[in-house]
Amino acid sequence: MTVIVTESTTKRFGDLVAVDNISFSIEDGELFGLLGPNGAGKTTLLKMLSTLLRPTGGSAHVCGYDVQRQQDDVRRCIGMTFQDPSTDTELTGRENLDFHARMYGMSRELRKARLKEVMMLVELEDKIDVQLKNYSEGMRRRLEIARGLMHHPQVLFLDEPTVGLDAQTRRKIWDYIKDLNRRENVTVIITTHYMDEADYLCSRVAIIDRGRIIAIDTPEKLKDSIGVDIVSLRIDDGIDTFVDRVKTIEWIEELKQHDGYVDLCVKNGDTVIPKLISIANDEGVLVSSVNLRSPTLEDVFLQYTGKTIREEEADGGAHARAVMRVHMKRMRRSAGRKSR
Amino acid sequence: MKIIDPVAVYTLWLRDVTRFFRARSRVIGSLGMPFFFLAFLGTGMKSYIALPDAAPGVEYLDFLMPGIIAMILLFGSIVSGLVVIWDRQFGFLKEIMITPVSRVSIVLGRTAGGTTTALIQAIIMLILSVFIGAKITGGVVGVIVAIGFMILISAGFVALGIAFASLIDDMSGFQLVMNFLVFPLFLLSGAMFPPQNLPPWMGALTYADPLTYGVDALRGCLIGPSMMVLPMWVDFTVLLGFTVSMVLLSVFLFNRVEVD
Repeated sequence: MTVIVTESTTKRFGDLVAVDNISFSIEDGELFGLLGPNGAGKTTLLKMLSTLLRPTGGSAHVCGYDVQRQQDDVRRCIGMTFQDPSTDTELTGRENLDFHARMYGMSRELRKARLKEVMMLVELEDKIDVQLKNYSEGMRRRLEIARGLMHHPQVLFLDEPTVGLDAQTRRKIWDYIKDLNRRENVTVIITTHYMDEADYLCSRVAIIDRGRIIAIDTPEKLKDSIGVDIVSLRIDDGIDTFVDRVKTIEWIEELKQHDGYVDLCVKNGDTVIPKLISIANDEGVLVSSVNLRSPTLEDVFLQYTGKTIREEEADGGAHARAVMRVHMKRMRRSAGRKSR
Repeated sequence: MKIIDPVAVYTLWLRDVTRFFRARSRVIGSLGMPFFFLAFLGTGMKSYIALPDAAPGVEYLDFLMPGIIAMILLFGSIVSGLVVIWDRQFGFLKEIMITPVSRVSIVLGRTAGGTTTALIQAIIMLILSVFIGAKITGGVVGVIVAIGFMILISAGFVALGIAFASLIDDMSGFQLVMNFLVFPLFLLSGAMFPPQNLPPWMGALTYADPLTYGVDALRGCLIGPSMMVLPMWVDFTVLLGFTVSMVLLSVFLFNRVEVD
């Protein structure tokens, strides 16, 4: 079943096109990533899918409902965790979750049972009655994820779920996300500008730059599309023998020799390593270490845009973000707009 | 979706009340200024300010007491309405806006919560004023009717606060509202001096201030009719009209709030 369909979805803020004619679809149960630099339009797209912003062009459907005409149906079937904090720090964990559950019309029994369930899922069950001002950043983020799950959404949107967290907490949150995607069978859509996050988490990734999807596929296929891996072998003795032996092999696309190392550009490096080792054995050459470097999503982004994500953030992205803020403020004040 | 969802209204009310009881120091702080106004100004001026129209036994302290209660209602209510700005700043507004609850219910829930907390403060002040020496001559019935008026006054100003919060999005806007709206509303309401015999321009402003009718009604209920400037049914009608139109205005403006 398809849970999200967008057709030429567009959002303009004045002259700036934040989301430019995006069309794609997401299937039930996917863990889908929107990857791109800050200001690429990921969050704007997410806000349109979650009814917080209205598209200025095209259409989008979530769980079969139109995000513009059936806002309440959409709101009922989605959960969302925002990039910035969105909890009441004066209230306890339980009170925050109860607030949420009541707003979604959950019955008392359901609320109680579910509260326990989601707090166990994010391992905060012993902090239920602690005020949020005494939570750490990572705990608060986990609570927000738990809250997003309270009302059994079909689709969970996570906007930059690990931004600003330490490495250990990030890894933990990744595992929660993976786990709940499996256990709760909830479709998860995350936005991120971290390559490793998209790569580790997502079953499918759309790379977004300047409001457009420039590539969409599984992380593996995206990386495969780059073509080659780099296998680096350290050979202390008999390196020339080895190089002479392998330089004519056709599946080696490029070969570089430097101070005791041989770097080979190959397709599917992981399957090639055993072959290389056995060739070395046949020649009586001892390989003392092997290093395989696969292309990353960073290389994919570079391939499609000619820039690294950081470079893109430094020029285009930062500019887009600044313009967008100005426009958002102006919009909110201007009389002609309606949000709901 | 229901236009008015009672559970959602209750949920928002519960949040405001929970926060209120958790922030005791804030409550005590907000009662400080009106308390000292009444205790020192009321007691101090008592012997200097003659109230020729007043019934025998009604002194300036008694006259001031309903005005100070109106002051608490005004400040407490507007600030609770403006909490929407805090919610925007701290992100909680997004959590409210993403839920499948009608914007009307959100405004009503907020209004109910703000009214309750302002009312609690006003009643605390009413009790304190008896200890300072103010005389409540209206009796039990007077107090009960006064509480009805307090609810009406408070709901109107909470809604006005929400309306302003929907238009402004930062803390500096908050200061603007406090200094250019709330203080003039208070000073012109006749809370501290009788609104009769003012120069005509100021008299006109006084009658444009909805709080004037609130102060007048509270005075009638709590210290008897001798210092009232209008019949109570006029006060009631004006306040009801004010509160209903403020709720409608805040619903209209809040509907247009976009969260980013």
